[in-house]
Amino acid sequence: MEGIGDLMTGFAVVLSWQNLLYMLIGIVLGVIIGVLPGLGGANGVAILLPLTFTMSPTSAIILLSCIYWGALFGGAITSILFNIPGEPWSVATTFDGYPMAQNGKAGEALTAAFTSSFVGALFAVIVITLAAPLVASFALQFGPAEKFSVFFLAFCSFVGMGKEPPTKTIAAMMLGFALAAVGTDTVTGQLRLTFGSTELLGGFDFLIAVIGLFGIGEILLTMEEGLSFKGKAAGISPAVVWQTWKELPRYWMTSLRSCLIGCWMGITPAGATPASFMSYGIAKRASRKGDQFGKGEVEGVVAPETAAHAAGTSALLPMLSLGVPGSPTAAVLLGGLLIWGLQPGPLLFVEQKDFVWGLIASMYLGNIVGLIVVLTMVPFFAAILRVPFAIIAPIILVVCAIGAYTVHNSTFDVVMMLVFGVAGYLFKKCNYPLAPLVLAIVLGDKAEEAFRQSLLISQGGLGVFFSNGLVGSIMVLGLVALFWPVLSNFYSRLLTSRRA
Amino acid sequence: MIQTLGLRTAAVALVAAVASFGSPSAMAWEPTRTVEFIVPAGTGGGADQMARTIQGIITKHSLMKQSMVVVNKAGGAGGEGFLDIKNSKGNPNKLIITLSNLFTTPLATGIPFSWKDMTPVAMLALDEFVLWVNADSPYKTVGDFVKAMKAAPPGQFKMGGTGSKQEDQIITVAIEKATGTKMTYIPYKGGGEVAVQLVGKHVDATVNNPIEAVAQWRAGKLRPLCVFDSKLLAGKDKIAGEMSWSDIPTCKSQGLDIEYLMLRGVFMPPGVPKDAVEYYVELFKKVRATPEWAQLMADGAFNQSFMSGADYAKWVEGEEKRHRDLMKEAGFLATN
Repeated sequence: MEGIGDLMTGFAVVLSWQNLLYMLIGIVLGVIIGVLPGLGGANGVAILLPLTFTMSPTSAIILLSCIYWGALFGGAITSILFNIPGEPWSVATTFDGYPMAQNGKAGEALTAAFTSSFVGALFAVIVITLAAPLVASFALQFGPAEKFSVFFLAFCSFVGMGKEPPTKTIAAMMLGFALAAVGTDTVTGQLRLTFGSTELLGGFDFLIAVIGLFGIGEILLTMEEGLSFKGKAAGISPAVVWQTWKELPRYWMTSLRSCLIGCWMGITPAGATPASFMSYGIAKRASRKGDQFGKGEVEGVVAPETAAHAAGTSALLPMLSLGVPGSPTAAVLLGGLLIWGLQPGPLLFVEQKDFVWGLIASMYLGNIVGLIVVLTMVPFFAAILRVPFAIIAPIILVVCAIGAYTVHNSTFDVVMMLVFGVAGYLFKKCNYPLAPLVLAIVLGDKAEEAFRQSLLISQGGLGVFFSNGLVGSIMVLGLVALFWPVLSNFYSRLLTSRRA
Repeated sequence: MIQTLGLRTAAVALVAAVASFGSPSAMAWEPTRTVEFIVPAGTGGGADQMARTIQGIITKHSLMKQSMVVVNKAGGAGGEGFLDIKNSKGNPNKLIITLSNLFTTPLATGIPFSWKDMTPVAMLALDEFVLWVNADSPYKTVGDFVKAMKAAPPGQFKMGGTGSKQEDQIITVAIEKATGTKMTYIPYKGGGEVAVQLVGKHVDATVNNPIEAVAQWRAGKLRPLCVFDSKLLAGKDKIAGEMSWSDIPTCKSQGLDIEYLMLRGVFMPPGVPKDAVEYYVELFKKVRATPEWAQLMADGAFNQSFMSGADYAKWVEGEEKRHRDLMKEAGFLATN
């Protein structure tokens, strides 16, 4: 195995005190960035990028990629504690993480989230180590039609998954599509639904919607219910980590499946957000305790976190080997590579061995360091829930407002956040699910773009979505997922009729 | 550390105070706050890379006392960024780097701005365009390519490019006009993605900038057919096999008479002091003298023209007219 030898050289490069220090700084900064909604990993890396130009490329990428790992870890914290996803991919973590925290199991939820993140990342790094060239050529298979089929699958695996009736899910999703359509249409370059407003030129930013819908919406709900967190003060002791670890191996099947989904989504590159949603959806269907999902099931935290981290990590592979970033943060890192004089592309693995394998080695070490850092902080995070609501709510509001402002340095976004907050409250009151809405805002325009590109290529024929084995089978999977409730119903009826 | 910073601030303030007591006219203008460098495009693209490189160079060589932040305002095909500059009248701490969307966005979308709403600072470089095909394709020359295009049914050849009704599509239409063929143009979001779509054979050709496709060329996945410039590219270093940038023939010499270069220039808000403009012109001259800049220019095979002042404004005016004609011919003008 040539890869293993190279990796050992990589470890030799990384294991200097200086680099380990950068790693630690990066992780801590990243966790902070991940916790603050709005200030995502991409922004954090972009802000710090110029500071790294005086460093050696290897140290610089270690620092920056560790911020990225830290942000991946950190995104889960606010999702679980306050139902406010710090990052897009942690939306799915709120589904079971927040109910767990409300049942007084915040410590367990955090431990499960961090540990699964680590497992997902480790799996993805191993895939990168062993199969980098192979994986890169797989990514090349993905043209517009293939990309659309992946998004299609993500949407379909969602319908009929929640406790809400599928019609409500579809209604929420359609509203999300409508919001995603606002702004510039990439295919024709025309403005859509902006009504002459300059603020709407860029469309609705997903982050603003999430901060409003989840963060503000949740606070409004809590206020109505009597100004206190329902969460019982969590039992805070370091032992909670061990207890949760004892329980986790039971979910190995969910973990493995989520790892695979995550790697696939990261490489193609669709990103961590669809990976987490898809993984949660499939876990819910496959699990024996599927009907308990959404009420505080550990498995419902394991699935999205594992997939998100696996995707986030494997997203670096197409960036390095093809020069196509798999996530916004990877896009900023890509800019950094060019400035350091490194040319991402098929030859990077050949010409810049020290750098590439140093980076891969830092992925192993960075995630171990990250896990240790965040796990030691679990009791502190869980303790936040003991702070009275009257104190914590204003702080959350302020942090949300700052987060919304930082996305584009615009006060209009803060207003939008409040509007989304009221919308989120109404959605919850009327029992409409928020997640499909969010998913559609994130992926809606990408899906539309891929769909229309495919139709341009096929000159209007829908056959393009079944034109080869790859795209055809993903589409069929999607259709099966969409009609699963009907199919399983039919199947069980078939069984009973046969028995009768 | 904090103490030294405090001391330094105090020293700067003292110097400034002393200077303002002296003759104010002799004191050169300098930014008073953090300088915002707006990129009217997303992260990771050509303009973004250049802006971030400049930011890095300025930080590394301490070329400016105030710091510089790069802000992406990509909404409305960059209209968001340009409107921000237009509406920041008299603010000398804001800069914007341009792509061709300086001309194409107002024409194609009707978003109300023009270069005349801003203060031209300097042209930093011109970005080249190259016609690329997949290395496995049978087209070795422009002649082969055009012949195959003419033989195929209209619309069968697929051209991948960045954005819609922007530079890549303008060139595509120009190729169609010059050869009397019809291609299907597929817009993608970023140049790197376009190059990979060509490697994956999802499109037949692209007009990527050199820096967007060079990695795939070096790896032997892509083949350059010609460059859309009147003269050859500068780089003599071997890049792929025996070929260097300067070995790519001009499109004109291959019978495809099309020339297109993209402005990488800097503008400021309207109504800024003249001293401020001069300060930034000098700043960019210093940036251009650094080895990091030379490296970026070589990697991306840029055309290293530099202009400022009246020359620059005149050049921009000519380009705007040219884009208006090109876009009108292609039918890309906004209808409203």
